[in-house]
Amino acid sequence: MPKLLEVSGLCASYGATQVLHGLDFALETGHITAILGANGAGKTTTLRALCQVVKTSGSIVLDGTQVVGKSTESVVRMGVAQVPDGRGTFTGLTVEENLRLGGYTRANKAEAAADMARMFARFPILKERRHQQAGTLSGGEQQMLAISRALMLRPRLLLLDEPSFGVAPLVVAEIFRILRSINQEDRVSMLLVEQNASLALDLADHAYLLETGRVALSGPSEAIKNDESVRRAYLGY
Amino acid sequence: MNGAADRKWVWIGAVALAAALLVLPFLVKNYRVFQFNLVLVYAVAILGLNILTGFNGQFSLGHGAFYAFGAYAAAILMSLYGVPYWLTLPGAFAFCFVFGFLVGFPALRLAGHFLALATFALAMAVPQLLKYKRLEGLTGGVQGIVLNKPEPPFEFALFGQPLSSDRWLYFFTLFVTALMFLLAWNLLRGRVGRALIAIRDHPIAATAMGINLPMFKSLTFGVSAGFTGLAGALGAIVVAFVSPDSFTFSLSIFLLVGVVVGGLASIPGAIFGALFIQFVPNLADEISKAAPSAIYGAMLILLMYLLPNGVMGGLRGLWARLRPKTAD
Amino acid sequence: MEGFLLQVFAGLANGIIYGSVALALVMIFQATHHINFAQGEMATFSTFVAWWLMQQGWPYWGAFFFTVAVSFAGGLLVQRIILRPIEKAPVLTNVLVFIGLLLIFNALSGWLFDFTVKAFDSPFAKDSFLETKYFSAHQVGSAGVLVVMLLLLFAFFRFTPIGLAMRAAAQNPDSARLVGIRVSWMLGLGWGLAAAIGAVAGMMVAPVVFLDPNMMGGILLYGFAAALLGGVDNPVGAVIGGFIVGVLENLLGAYVIGTELKLTVALVLIVATLTLKPAGLFGKKVVVRV
Repeated sequence: MPKLLEVSGLCASYGATQVLHGLDFALETGHITAILGANGAGKTTTLRALCQVVKTSGSIVLDGTQVVGKSTESVVRMGVAQVPDGRGTFTGLTVEENLRLGGYTRANKAEAAADMARMFARFPILKERRHQQAGTLSGGEQQMLAISRALMLRPRLLLLDEPSFGVAPLVVAEIFRILRSINQEDRVSMLLVEQNASLALDLADHAYLLETGRVALSGPSEAIKNDESVRRAYLGY
Repeated sequence: MNGAADRKWVWIGAVALAAALLVLPFLVKNYRVFQFNLVLVYAVAILGLNILTGFNGQFSLGHGAFYAFGAYAAAILMSLYGVPYWLTLPGAFAFCFVFGFLVGFPALRLAGHFLALATFALAMAVPQLLKYKRLEGLTGGVQGIVLNKPEPPFEFALFGQPLSSDRWLYFFTLFVTALMFLLAWNLLRGRVGRALIAIRDHPIAATAMGINLPMFKSLTFGVSAGFTGLAGALGAIVVAFVSPDSFTFSLSIFLLVGVVVGGLASIPGAIFGALFIQFVPNLADEISKAAPSAIYGAMLILLMYLLPNGVMGGLRGLWARLRPKTAD
Repeated sequence: MEGFLLQVFAGLANGIIYGSVALALVMIFQATHHINFAQGEMATFSTFVAWWLMQQGWPYWGAFFFTVAVSFAGGLLVQRIILRPIEKAPVLTNVLVFIGLLLIFNALSGWLFDFTVKAFDSPFAKDSFLETKYFSAHQVGSAGVLVVMLLLLFAFFRFTPIGLAMRAAAQNPDSARLVGIRVSWMLGLGWGLAAAIGAVAGMMVAPVVFLDPNMMGGILLYGFAAALLGGVDNPVGAVIGGFIVGVLENLLGAYVIGTELKLTVALVLIVATLTLKPAGLFGKKVVVRV
């Protein structure tokens, strides 16, 4: 089966500081993949690089098309949706307006409207707050909104940056459950960056471990979960 | 990195610069000296605005008002009460400090564009107030107040040029300017400077760390106004004339231009800013008599393309690229 | 009482003008989160273009719509060519470029069309059905034009996807890119629309105050005050703000302080209002959870 995303020799820098030093990894269609690692390992930078938000060199091939050098908007229109760290909701706009913006690039507006209804069904709290300013929502609610907005793009690949951050544990469990069902029902491939390794490994099929901008380890998440020495050395539990 | 050798060169450079500055007025004509005096005056005014806008992030389009108040304070003290010129400076500073502090309080509730409008309103109001008939006894109304340029206290000549009023004022202004820059540097380099920048960039975190935001921001307004007001007083002495039309809102715009061109949150930048606002309009005039302001506007835009962070920003970038990279 | 009403109505008539300028400012602010200080001079330049076309024999409405279209294109080009290089630069850097544009447009108006004061026709003839007891035909007509513009803009921002995308791009350009919005083009669009509105405002103003390169100077300040008073993210508020400023200015001038200080007092009152309601009278307070 051809890979959805193939990354080789990916380097990224913020100004003069280089953060990624030649990453190689690949994502299978329909899989959930996790990127783990300590603070500063380059996890968020990897996601930013995939959306071309940061200066990169190397190769990123999405379904046969080279992504490096394109504008962020073009990459998004190719079917990559990101839920950035900090959620990135439009705090000054309402919940419903946020979702409508998610569907901005959709050609079929009727389908987009139907999708919005599905988001409300999946996250009833958003429906309750649909005319409220997004900035007044709690952390968990904003996370749901951000994920829904990203899904409104009907993306091929969903990037999630630290979805558990700043969210109450019960809500996190709920969100991860919903992510699993989205992956299974709608066949959305996902790439997940998480500091909470155990949560991520429970959800993901495959995992990569980053250490100072390089891939230190990779493998099926089951294998990594069950390998005690790896867990102790890299994941702290 | 050879620290001791570097420091020796810095000292030599500083001494050479000081010597050049001291000899300069005798090498050029009187009118040039007058222009240099204005540059020094504007530098202090720009420094004042920079403390507020550059270091503390509070936008002010009205600093021309403080400049005007300082100028008129000095003029009134000198013409109506016979105060010697050098004594008017601390008076102007104090007066404008208090006024700026008071303005700082309502400014706390406003931010960004709203503060810009409020301060712009101040800048527009001042010329009108100065022309107001009921205050004519004090302000001299539309005609303003004519002052006498201070005479030099002793006779002196160098390179065949005598120590004129303008040249004497040059040394006076140079001394005051150096003093004000030293004062600013001292004020801003320690905890105060860091607090100002913290308030500018992360106000919520700053409050959480115990910085009394309202007090600090109002005090900053006061100090900033004091600096610019003192510059105004100095300007009144140098030009020997104040009138409402010398202090239109264009002055506030020019001061802001000076701050940005020199570089936000930079003390030495004020000199570059002052040089720009004093000499570039003349340059624009020489390039095109028909539309000098268009040339000035074009030069402003070009400068912002080349140096979006001002002259100091550009110099810092250059320095970062030239100096040897330390090992990682 | 009659005199008072006259002052109020005269103020409302001025308010139409201030409201139009405020609308253009709000437009650019909604799109770019910048206040365009060159707005007045650009509007004046557009008005000169219309004047020149009519001098060449063009009929009024032909010149009007052509000028609006050209102004739209001009505003778009200014953003694409002059402002794009500094899109990511600090706010004050942008402000200085606006000041530069202000100077250039003002000088261009004077250089191309000279500084003599010119008459500018109103499309609303004096004896037409629009003439009422307190308002001239032109004032009624201008008010109508303003209302039409306002409705179009309101509908644009509220109900169209592009309007929503523009608001999003201004508020949070990074997130806007992540939903596929071409942020750069949104900025250009905002400038184009603002230039078009400014052109309309200029053409409504010129018959009253006569056309010369410095026509918009004082008006821009009142427009700015009106925009902030009404809440700088609210087009309707901006127009209402314009009326308030117009009436306030007139009443102050006639009854309180005389023409010398009315500008000062008006601005002081506006600033006082803003300290009590920092988001403007009709502005939406954006709440941010820390």
